[in-house]
Amino acid sequence: MIDWKDKREFWIAGARIADPEAERIRVGSVCVQKGRIAEIVWQKSVETDLPVLDAERFVLAPGFVDLHAHLREPGYEEKETIETGSAAAAAGGYTSVVCMANTNPAIDDPSVVEYISCRAQQVGRCRVYVAGALTKGRLGEIINEYYHLKRAGVVALSDDGAYVTNSQVMRSALEYANLHALPVISHCEDAFLASSSQMNEGYTSTRLGLKGSPAAAEEIAVSRDCMLAQLTGARLHVAHVSTAGAVELVRRAKKKGTRITAEATPHHLTLDDRLLDGYDANLKVNPPLRGVKDVEALRAGLLDGTIDCVATDHAPHSEIDKDVEFDEAPAGMIGLETAFAQLHTELVAKGVIDLLDLVKLMTIKPAATLGLPGGRIAREAPADLVLIDPAEEWTFEKRLIRSRSKNTPLVGARFTGRVQGVFLEGKWQSAV
Amino acid sequence: MPFNRKHLLGLEELAAEEITTILDTADTFKEISERPIKKVPALRGKTIANVFYENSTRTRISFELAEKRLSADTVSFSKTGSSVSKGETLRDTVENIRAMKVDMVVMRHGSSGAHRFLANFLDASIVNAGDGQHEHPTQGLLDMMTMRQHLGHLGGRNVTIIGDIMHSRVARSNIWGLTKVGAKVTVCGPSTMMPAEIESLGEGGVTVEYDIRKAIAGADAINILRIQLERQKARLFPSMREYFEVFGVTPEVLESAPEHCIVMHPGPMNRGVEIAQEVADGDRAVILEQVTNGVAVRMAVLFLVAGGSFESGTPE
Repeated sequence: MIDWKDKREFWIAGARIADPEAERIRVGSVCVQKGRIAEIVWQKSVETDLPVLDAERFVLAPGFVDLHAHLREPGYEEKETIETGSAAAAAGGYTSVVCMANTNPAIDDPSVVEYISCRAQQVGRCRVYVAGALTKGRLGEIINEYYHLKRAGVVALSDDGAYVTNSQVMRSALEYANLHALPVISHCEDAFLASSSQMNEGYTSTRLGLKGSPAAAEEIAVSRDCMLAQLTGARLHVAHVSTAGAVELVRRAKKKGTRITAEATPHHLTLDDRLLDGYDANLKVNPPLRGVKDVEALRAGLLDGTIDCVATDHAPHSEIDKDVEFDEAPAGMIGLETAFAQLHTELVAKGVIDLLDLVKLMTIKPAATLGLPGGRIAREAPADLVLIDPAEEWTFEKRLIRSRSKNTPLVGARFTGRVQGVFLEGKWQSAV
Repeated sequence: MPFNRKHLLGLEELAAEEITTILDTADTFKEISERPIKKVPALRGKTIANVFYENSTRTRISFELAEKRLSADTVSFSKTGSSVSKGETLRDTVENIRAMKVDMVVMRHGSSGAHRFLANFLDASIVNAGDGQHEHPTQGLLDMMTMRQHLGHLGGRNVTIIGDIMHSRVARSNIWGLTKVGAKVTVCGPSTMMPAEIESLGEGGVTVEYDIRKAIAGADAINILRIQLERQKARLFPSMREYFEVFGVTPEVLESAPEHCIVMHPGPMNRGVEIAQEVADGDRAVILEQVTNGVAVRMAVLFLVAGGSFESGTPE
């Protein structure tokens, strides 16, 4: 193969181009120049003096966009850094991620936003967008300086990991965020009902003797925030929807015209709480893995558009944190590197959705949800692209993990479909 | 049926025949404690560590006596509170004990699943002396041994468990053990302490009955659970007084049960809360027999887990 990888100008020829805007997958060739898409032609081969990447086996799509990742820096660099998190993102086919504000210090001050943006640019492996904290220290008491945060670059506001229990604070936050045209991402969980819970409440929690969190803990919180979104007219995005009831609440709120969107994670779309019977702390997440009926409802929500997009909730925790008794372990699993393969294997290969649907859910739909650029494959757009072999059968192994943390229950999983790498502004990063 | 397990983590994973093997072995071991010299050499040369991360008097003494009567060498270690907050992880603590060439670890721990977690990497045998709100298998076995002695057999018998079912590892081990050997289990207690989908737990499920008189109407045995003060603080019931009025087992309540019905309690008892004084000291109570049987059951479990087999000869 020629050394096209280091070239700034080249053709990717003969790929099946997945264009989420045009809603089609069609064989074509793309010319990349100066980090942008210079040309797209709908033919298998091109006559050119530039280097040519023969991509006939592959699908070429816009680089994936993740609305929900914990990059842990600053403050928890033993779990993840912007550098390792960006590498994990690129390995998973992502060219844009939104990082959450539960760092230390929390992202409640422009200086933290600037630090993260600066580090991400130095690393240069993935575009990192920043979600600022909704309240000071994410304590749910005092709303932050949204104007200043926005000027520093935040694209959304969220106290993710914590629910704003005081409804008056949440109302103010939504109204004030709306003034500055910032969407609010809510982590919906009634703190009292979910207090010290370890997993979903149901037969398995009874069997394992672990405190369960009922679906109602999520649904009460979703209900309130839907009502406040309606009251204030603000843009609300519901993070990691996990229950059938929450899907239905979002569906109804959308019918009423509320400005609401919602995401679901790859793990909630593919795994259920029965898997916890070996007390594997890597399966402990928040919101918890739910029942089979909830998984089905989430999938139905994807199909009818109630769930707008897929987001990973990539939540790294070190082995030291996770290698303890189940109730001592923090909640969270990493997801950036497996999201596509897991969903392709469980949803596309099994006929629940088609490949173009999955590409939309991971590109243009998340980008539209928060109004981010990216997620498009078009002339003059930045050459942020992902190259996929949808037929490759592979085993996800621990040694492949780029994230600094290895907390995933998917080590050893067999997948169909593999991200080969991404182009970020035309610069190739291999994933294999 | 021979018992080939390396660990005793819980009763859920055991087959009915394995449970019966343990109970049969315990029956023969019981006699040892009646001898003037209460000792057999069955576990001579074996070292057992008793690791208690939660307070316990009865269970710990019972295990220690069982070990000594089998001639094992024992060390005991207790540490209350979370291992993480005390600066050394559970894994490190137990691996250090194991590095001193201990053959068996008897552990009580406040976290459900702690034993399963250890079994993933520890090469010593693990005996569960209670894990969080999950299982307390030797308690379940000693309850079954006591019932079997009084009722002759367990198949088809009706057992009612009364109290805080949600937070009780005793309830879970009883449900699994009893339903596996064909007994019918009814659970009764405040709805605030009845866990989700409890009716599906065990082989063939259990019956849920909130009226205590109805719950014990056909009972051959009643097992009364300890109610903990912290549940009141968590607002799961309003007062001890009201608990006693609604779910306390009194002589009047017991009139609803058949004549032959025995009364059990895993201890420690809150007299006047879940059980009336007259019942605790009454003719139907077999609570101290449970304690006696506890030693025999633990001797049987340690013996079988260590690889002893009943067929190879009754220990001298």
